[in-house]
Amino acid sequence: MNLTAESVAEALVVNVDEERIDAAVAIQFKDRMRDLTAGAGGRIILDLGRVIFVDSSGLGAIVSVMKFLAPAHRLELAGLTPNVGRVFHLTRMDSVFPIHADVAAALHGAGHDL
Amino acid sequence: MSRRLFTAPGMISDGETGSPRREPAGRVSAPSTGEGFHLCFEADPCTVRRVLGQAVAELARGLSRDDAGTLELALAEVLNNIVEHAYDGRTSGQVEVCLHREAGWICCRIVDSGHAMPALTLPEGRMRPLPPRLDDLPEGGWGWSLIRTLATDLAYRREDGSNYLTFRLPLSR
Repeated sequence: MNLTAESVAEALVVNVDEERIDAAVAIQFKDRMRDLTAGAGGRIILDLGRVIFVDSSGLGAIVSVMKFLAPAHRLELAGLTPNVGRVFHLTRMDSVFPIHADVAAALHGAGHDL
Repeated sequence: MSRRLFTAPGMISDGETGSPRREPAGRVSAPSTGEGFHLCFEADPCTVRRVLGQAVAELARGLSRDDAGTLELALAEVLNNIVEHAYDGRTSGQVEVCLHREAGWICCRIVDSGHAMPALTLPEGRMRPLPPRLDDLPEGGWGWSLIRTLATDLAYRREDGSNYLTFRLPLSR
């Protein structure tokens, strides 16, 4: 599972360099997120711009990450591709996460601008 | 006639398996007017991922992005449920996927020989209200509500130790 993190301004941006977050990698995704975000101070933005498919297992993993980061952090999402956005919408998880059009929008604006 | 067999590394095509639950060849494929996809494979998450890729590549030609997404998501949820529940994480289970395009639909039939659905009934998959506390958010359980949202004419039967699930996915064009 190819995840990398970089500090940008006050935020930790986690890039998902994978096309899928699905049942095959859900556990790896959670473990990697736990490692990458350990000790992070500010905002945490998950860049999903390269992800073209998330199933309910992948969505569950993202929700799980959001829960273990709380209350110190609120996990923010950026760059949802259309089919990924639809899974969040159909499960109403789009109302649970701050969702940004892309990382630049997340850094320069705030809130729900998808 | 329009039925085609696909075999990927590590997968078993219908013609090669000696599985006793295999149906006579004449019953395997539904009447089809368009492209079809038929595959038998081991139920594990990595194989499911490869099968989804193949199914979408094979059927998605000429489909809109949304329709291809619908096919991939519905099929993923059905197959994940089979891996996790029907086969309980066992690795020896076989799954048969039969898809074909027909007018404005993709018709799907999925067969496995794992555990039967509880009470021989498909889960309702009702979407629950979101809890007020983040800690109480579900981390799963959306599978059947997604399937029911995306698919129509869902039907399930248990016969001779196998689960038969059929449904149709509407195409937008």
